[in-house]
Amino acid sequence: MLFRLAWRNIWRNKRRTAITAASILFAVLFATFMESIQKGAWDHMINSVVNYYYGYVQVHEKGYWDEQTIDKAFPLADSLKQLQEKTPEIRQVLPRIESFALASTGDHTSGVMVVGIDPQVEDAMTNLSGRISEGRYLEDNEEAALVAEGVAENLGLSLGDTIVLISQGYHGVNAAGKYPIKGMVHFGSPELNKQMVYLPLPVAQYFYGATGLVTSLALQLDSQDDIKPVVKVLNSKLDTSTYEVMDWKDLLPDLVEAKTVDSAGNVIVYIILYLIIAFGIFGTILMMSKEREYEFGVLISIGMHRWQLALAVWMEVIMLGLFGALLGILASIPLVWYFHVNPLRFSGDYAAAMEKFGFEAIFPANFEAHIFLTQALLVFVITAILAMYPIFKIRKLKPVQAMRA
Amino acid sequence: MKVITTKGVVKIYNPDKIPVKALNGVDLEISEGEFTAIVGPSGSGKTTLLNIIGGLDRPDEGDVEVGGHDIDAMSDNKLIDFRKEHIGFVFQAYNLIPVLTARENVEFVMLLQNRPKEERHGRAEELLRAVGLEDKMDKRPSELSGGQQQRVAVARALAPKPDFILADEPTANLDSKSTANLLDLMAQLNKEEKVTFIFSTHDQRVIDRARRVVTLVDGKVATDEVRESE
Ligand SMILES: Nc1ncnc2c1ncn2[C@@H]1O[C@H](COP(=O)(O)OP(=O)(O)OP(=O)(O)O)[C@@H](O)[C@H]1O
Ligand SMILES: [Mg+2]
Repeated sequence: MLFRLAWRNIWRNKRRTAITAASILFAVLFATFMESIQKGAWDHMINSVVNYYYGYVQVHEKGYWDEQTIDKAFPLADSLKQLQEKTPEIRQVLPRIESFALASTGDHTSGVMVVGIDPQVEDAMTNLSGRISEGRYLEDNEEAALVAEGVAENLGLSLGDTIVLISQGYHGVNAAGKYPIKGMVHFGSPELNKQMVYLPLPVAQYFYGATGLVTSLALQLDSQDDIKPVVKVLNSKLDTSTYEVMDWKDLLPDLVEAKTVDSAGNVIVYIILYLIIAFGIFGTILMMSKEREYEFGVLISIGMHRWQLALAVWMEVIMLGLFGALLGILASIPLVWYFHVNPLRFSGDYAAAMEKFGFEAIFPANFEAHIFLTQALLVFVITAILAMYPIFKIRKLKPVQAMRA
Repeated sequence: MKVITTKGVVKIYNPDKIPVKALNGVDLEISEGEFTAIVGPSGSGKTTLLNIIGGLDRPDEGDVEVGGHDIDAMSDNKLIDFRKEHIGFVFQAYNLIPVLTARENVEFVMLLQNRPKEERHGRAEELLRAVGLEDKMDKRPSELSGGQQQRVAVARALAPKPDFILADEPTANLDSKSTANLLDLMAQLNKEEKVTFIFSTHDQRVIDRARRVVTLVDGKVATDEVRESE
């Protein structure tokens, strides 16, 4: 009976119901959209930074990451190559030898990062060949270089020209070499675009005077969820006095911090959003309680217990909240899906600012069930808490006063 | 048998600010089967008296006994149950729950009492027939006229077979024809079903139909006139 009363009361004032449900709907929609975009942007950023270059986990010789010196190169023993076979979560092991060098042509000089890669393996994770804007991708063992567009531009080089590299090699050896440019690659991140030069691994090892050595092994994993178990396995299998195993959070503490700062900033936005929502819903609840005071008085007079009345009103608000939250989820799904498939792309100043920090200004929305559910749940919980107000009112209601108006 | 006894009932509103002595020592006895009008000028305390008798408000002084129970001694919750079982209410207007049909309104108190479905249905139909609304059972209050709504309210008040019915100006919002109809109905129920009615009114035509007229002036019983039955 209480349920019937609640249910009928929902349809009593259709306009009020529509407005309340709509405000809850928009609240859920907005919160969901915001969180999806925010999470999506971060995941995209992390993916582009992590998966397109660093990998979720890297293995180095102990102390390498702090010093980043070629002197900490280590032999790529067979045992390391086989890591992947013993740890099924590892999809690829990317051997690299990387260090800084000076690139020059005539009177232009520029600091670059010269990375020796296994072209096939590297491509499988980073899709480096997909970034080719001119020319072609590297072949195993060929004496050739792949340079980022920015590097070429700085040096005034074009496809087919020769890039001259000078550096300090392994344990102080002089490193020098010249390589024909076989291809140009484009990076969204200007940082990478200005400094990347790729050579096939043996060629780079020879250049650095470090035959058979690598500075890092980047691991490609199937999913972020595999990071923890893989790190754990590696730490137990490798000699940790010789090697260090780092996940992307260790590799890129700045990125982690930026994300934390961003999330903290968003908490304030969410709080403001929820406050607005709460006030809106509270307004309707307040009006409803006021309007029905007389009726509440009658009901208590004729023998309805306060808890029965309160329960009926609470159910009414709860159903409204549930209804609005459900509609909110339904409305969010196509919206978020749309921005998941068609990411927001910023251009102009904002994009330029983003790119300065090495990020592409792309914001794909994450399409995750738990975002919809948690946001809908949150808004619903807010409604459920606000629904306490009429309960409180009814507890204190004096039928005689209520009916005197 | 006495259904209501009040002794020296005093009710003061706003005791802290500007005190209003709404009732100033009311002694009254009402017996089973009465058809009694409480009359008096505006502000004389009619509503206050009915509220106190009905257990909706508590006196500041004096005793109120309803059906042998000292209702002032009851807790709020007990009082609600007491009202539900023993007292029928008809207010001036807006008695009914807007979202329920006439039949559901009549059944409402029985529902609160957890009476079985067949009993509720039977009783509601019987009562709505008695108040002449058998063809309006499934209408909502907004689809009924003021007079029809008041008749549904009387049917609802009667449904749980209360000891008596309190009606505060039940005809105040009705035209003269509806007033006459409602009075006819109440008088008939009083006679045939022995329902005790206590109602307040300003309307002389209503006063004329009462068998006992209690006049309040300044919160006191000024006159108490019992007439020969019609
Ligand atoms: N809740 C209240 N707070 C303050 N004063 C009240 C309250 N209820 C009634 N009064 C005062 O008590 C006195 C008696 O009021 P009551 O409503 O009982 O009179 P009444 O005879 O029913 O009048 P009417 O014929 O206008 O309905 C009036 O002076 C009124 O203003
Ligand atoms: Mg009155």
